[in-house]
Amino acid sequence: MTIGLAHYLAVAAILFTIGVFGIFVNRKNIIVILMSVELILLAVNINLVAFSAYLHDITGQIFAMFVLTVAAAEAAVGLAILVTFFRNRGDIAVDDVSVMKG
Amino acid sequence: MALQAIAFYLLAAVTIVSAFCVVSARNPVHSVLFLILSFFSAAGLFVLLGAEFLAMLLVVVYVGAVAVLFLFVVMMLDVDFASLRQGFARYMPLGAVVAGILAFEMIAVSATVASNGAAAANADPQSNIGQLSNTETIGQVLYTHYAYFFQASGLVLLVAMIGAITLTLRHKPGVRRQVIADQVARSPKTGMRITDLKPGQGISE
Repeated sequence: MTIGLAHYLAVAAILFTIGVFGIFVNRKNIIVILMSVELILLAVNINLVAFSAYLHDITGQIFAMFVLTVAAAEAAVGLAILVTFFRNRGDIAVDDVSVMKG
Repeated sequence: MALQAIAFYLLAAVTIVSAFCVVSARNPVHSVLFLILSFFSAAGLFVLLGAEFLAMLLVVVYVGAVAVLFLFVVMMLDVDFASLRQGFARYMPLGAVVAGILAFEMIAVSATVASNGAAAANADPQSNIGQLSNTETIGQVLYTHYAYFFQASGLVLLVAMIGAITLTLRHKPGVRRQVIADQVARSPKTGMRITDLKPGQGISE
């Protein structure tokens, strides 16, 4: 009944998998893709914190904090690009993004 | 110990089920709300691991800022989300196969690491290293060994902020704006002119 490191790593693995699965099945909906990326980063964070706790080393938690920072910045810039794209095209279908080039 | 196990299984189950709802919900607003629930339960898992500071950070940063940002954008954009869902059934089998293989491999690796790796020596998670609390420990390491990385992460946030503002700021054409430089540079010479005017004669621009 005792909860070990393997339990947390399994939860993180399943969460990571769900994020990858979300990118696969929602290929047109960029909002859900961004949320899937957030889920993947959360899985990474759970891994880092679990190892940090079981190795008795605080560095993992520091690194998780940096991951959190980058994830927040990524979400802000991603959503800003999304809003700009929507203004220009009136739609957020990612299939048409290639017309942005040039 | 049993209470801890119950809490772990409850939080893990809620995290995983709500994460699955994020990627499979029809309405993106529901997706965002499930994302909030998922992050909240993950914060509970962090508390179980003894990382209270990161748990609170997760709640403040994700639930308070990022998820609300997502919510704003989803509600602001007037998009036909039904059309964005086409292809869901088509990519489902391939996605499920890849996800299944990925999950199996990762769980196998993590089980091996947990039983044979360096972490196997420590049976339980330790939150308090020495006498210090989790937050104090993080502070002592973050502001000494990782001071430059801390500054760099602040720079990342600054760049993201400037980038987001630059991308979304929009000047409407036809709106007269205040130009402070022009106002400051105004002098009597440019600001007025003296015109000789004959009596009974109008003046035109």
